[in-house]
Amino acid sequence: MQGYVHSFETFGTVDGPGVRFVVFLQGCPMRCLYCHNPDSWGHGGKEYSASDVLNKMTRNISFYRTGGLTVSGGEPMLQLDFLIELFSLAKDKGIHTCLDTSGCVFDRKNSERLSKVDKLLSLCDLVMLDIKHIDKSEHIKLTGHTNENVLDFARYLNEKGVKMRVRHVIVPEITYKDEYLTLLGKFLKGFTNIEKIEVLPFHKMGEHKYKSLGITCPLEKTKALSTSDAETAYNIIKSAMN
Amino acid sequence: MIDAWKGFNEGAWQNEINVRDFIQENYTPYYGDSSFLTGPTKDTISLWNEISELKKKEIENGGVLDMDTDVVSTITSHDAGYINKKKEKIVGLQTEKPLKRPLHTYGGIRMSVKACRDHGYEINPEVVKTFTEHRKTHNAGVFDAYTPEMRRCRSNHIITGLPDAYGRGRIIGDYRRVALYGVDRLIEDKENQKASTQTVMYYDVIRDREELSEQIRALLMLKELAEKYDCDISKPAKTLKEATQALYFGYLAAVKEQNGAAMSLGRTSTFLDIYAERDIQNGILTESEAQEIIDHFIMKLRMICFARTPKYNSIFAGDPTWVTESLGGMSTDGRPLVTKMSYRYLNTLNNLGAAPEPNLTVLWSNQLPDNFKKYCAEISIKHHAIQYENDDIMRPLHGDDYGIACCVSSMKIGKEMQFFGARANLAKCLLYAINGGVDEVSGERVGPEYAPCTGEYLDYDDVMKKYTAMMQWLAGVYVNALNIIHYMHDKYSYERLQMALHDRHVRRWFATGIAGFSVVADSLSAIKYAKVKPVRDERGLVTDYIVEGDFPKFGNDDDRVDNIAKEVLNTFIKCLRQNHTYRNGIITTSILTITSNVSYGQNTGATPDGRKAGEAFAPGANPMHSRDENGAVASLASVAKIPFMDSQDGISNTFTIVPGALGKSDEERVNNLIALLDGYTDKGGFHLNVNVFDKELLLDAQKHPELYPQLTIRVSGYAVNFIKLTKEQQDEVISRTFHSHI
Repeated sequence: MQGYVHSFETFGTVDGPGVRFVVFLQGCPMRCLYCHNPDSWGHGGKEYSASDVLNKMTRNISFYRTGGLTVSGGEPMLQLDFLIELFSLAKDKGIHTCLDTSGCVFDRKNSERLSKVDKLLSLCDLVMLDIKHIDKSEHIKLTGHTNENVLDFARYLNEKGVKMRVRHVIVPEITYKDEYLTLLGKFLKGFTNIEKIEVLPFHKMGEHKYKSLGITCPLEKTKALSTSDAETAYNIIKSAMN
Repeated sequence: MIDAWKGFNEGAWQNEINVRDFIQENYTPYYGDSSFLTGPTKDTISLWNEISELKKKEIENGGVLDMDTDVVSTITSHDAGYINKKKEKIVGLQTEKPLKRPLHTYGGIRMSVKACRDHGYEINPEVVKTFTEHRKTHNAGVFDAYTPEMRRCRSNHIITGLPDAYGRGRIIGDYRRVALYGVDRLIEDKENQKASTQTVMYYDVIRDREELSEQIRALLMLKELAEKYDCDISKPAKTLKEATQALYFGYLAAVKEQNGAAMSLGRTSTFLDIYAERDIQNGILTESEAQEIIDHFIMKLRMICFARTPKYNSIFAGDPTWVTESLGGMSTDGRPLVTKMSYRYLNTLNNLGAAPEPNLTVLWSNQLPDNFKKYCAEISIKHHAIQYENDDIMRPLHGDDYGIACCVSSMKIGKEMQFFGARANLAKCLLYAINGGVDEVSGERVGPEYAPCTGEYLDYDDVMKKYTAMMQWLAGVYVNALNIIHYMHDKYSYERLQMALHDRHVRRWFATGIAGFSVVADSLSAIKYAKVKPVRDERGLVTDYIVEGDFPKFGNDDDRVDNIAKEVLNTFIKCLRQNHTYRNGIITTSILTITSNVSYGQNTGATPDGRKAGEAFAPGANPMHSRDENGAVASLASVAKIPFMDSQDGISNTFTIVPGALGKSDEERVNNLIALLDGYTDKGGFHLNVNVFDKELLLDAQKHPELYPQLTIRVSGYAVNFIKLTKEQQDEVISRTFHSHI
């Protein structure tokens, strides 16, 4: 099975616990305004077999004893079959697996796809679910898609008892609002599978990529979020969860 | 047992000079955490403030505070000098005044004159006359014997940094012997050695007898040095304070006599811990007092300085002395050689703030106690002033009582020494192969007149064949130049004090070095996997290259190019080994360029990897800037493939990362750094400098140096004060690959 890979980060320290081998898959249906990897949106990427990808990691396995494998994107769940094969191979070797997804392509009603998702989740030690926006219409403005699938995926992970880290990018004026943060916290209240809530302050480091792709960066004028504001946001979410 | 040794466990060390045995019989491994450590005492703070003031004045004064222009430095040449006598727990300065630079002339009088003159000082003409007309120097001897070919290689920068005008350094005296045995016993031992030489006076027997006599003389002077400070070191030390002081006098005597390129300290912390443990048990020392003694000792090491030319400092970046101290590592019996004293040495970075010297080097093993790993990682992230070297690959070769000289050169303390040999520029050698021995910058014929590469595109097999032949030639000239250098250094600037603190029979490593390693690997990869079109100038010399297509680059864990790198190294070390060496030195090489990677690059034409003429090389064995595209592990994995046994004198790698890319919380950063070091060690990686900071910080320090007097960064095997670098070097450091994926 071939996968379409955007790039590798062999020393991933912010995408899951410990030091991780991070595979960024190519292709994403969302067009988030703050995306810092716009070059991973379209088709293309480099073709790799699942075993080739895993070999790239296992040849240096001594670095990953405290960490593991993370697949991110793009949207990795666009390549379900490849993911299943890659994670099966990883689990055979006892490697910790982590899926970093927006959940936007999840659809409970599609039974064929759902059985694949079930298979994948059985091979996943951790899912990092990136909830872009809690408000449906704001989510559409921000990403071009509704958040119904995303929130349903969160519920589904909870039902299945799959460990989950919720990630949420805090953008001034877009998600950095008491009302929305409280709503998000309330939504997550009662989930028993949450391992951690990670708020990610909006940063400007992907801007050069827009320039090199010749597209205007939609949030060019938005300022990066300070660490203290990120902390405030975190506290609002947490208090709404209790 | 004699009084001074009461409380120590008995062993072979009592009957012979054997510090390792003493350590093994007596040390207490420490597995706990850093919570026992204490902060600086009042005296420490006020003393360090005085030194900081002096150092500030030194910088304001253009780099030196004062220079000796009259008195040639020997072990006993100067009266006692102090910073603040009442407060100093450990005493001894190189001259009678703090930061007054000593005058060393035996290495070469021209360099001494220039070093002074460049700073506005003039050496007493009588001294110059003596060392020009009456007493020959190492430098004069070398140039008497150099061949014209060697001189051409030197002036065209294909062989650079040769220690032919200054002290070679990289010899570590076993300074611990002074503390454990007292000088009288060491003299007695050397007298016995001298009495037992052969009686038929072959050349080498005569040399042995003369050298032993010089060693004994130096030891007598060492006692005299201590007496100037009202200390008696003729007998074994009785307390931690006495032991530290005696050890320091041994080291001080060495730097009073030699202006070596690297004057390293050895492996002293665990040795001194034995004294601290005994004193604490006897109730005569508190933890705070122990830390104070070490803080004051380290302060003294931070003040070691030499008279050097600004040009020398621009090659080596800043004003380095390479007072390298090796910490940690494992015993061959499996116990960690980590003691509380290892922590106290690292704690000096907290108590006194960061500093480039002493060059603290952690001998890393995956089996080190977790607590110690954590403390090292914490200190690294906070002060960027530590380097790591792989104990697991050095221990099988050297045992468990070796130390690092300079940046990465390992040797058994007191049993092995090194003939330091600078570097051959292998990138330039590749250009010579392409141009048939003509230098691409000067146009001068330097190498043999071999056939140059012809044709529209470079052919890999053709280039490799010619390159191998050119390396063969270069290795011959290089090793023979070093033979001359070390012969003359022994003759005119023998390190008698340091060698007095060695065994009778020492193993001599004959060190060479390589510059331009990753440039060569990428260039050959480009020739093999892309198409490289040479561009010839009006002289018919290839001075530029057009690269068509992409090619695998060193630093991405790609065997296609990494194997080329290994092959080049293996070919070159084999060429080197074919040569005869002075005193049967055993040939080794290193991939280490210090910050001279900037000046090597400046003197080297464009290379087939697309690097333009004059552009800096990557430091040490680092991949070229920004060519490693898969993150730090892939980059480290490429470097870790270089076989240690082909480059036994060290493979230097500098790792720079922004804090955010090392993890989100302090705890994560510490754990991830440990995982990185463990992984690299496991892969057989040799050396890692660790820098954790933002590029913005460096840019700010460049603009406002006055705000960053102690900003210390690791370059290639050692640390420097960032603000002491030249603008070019600062720019180069800033342009290096920062691992910054977020």
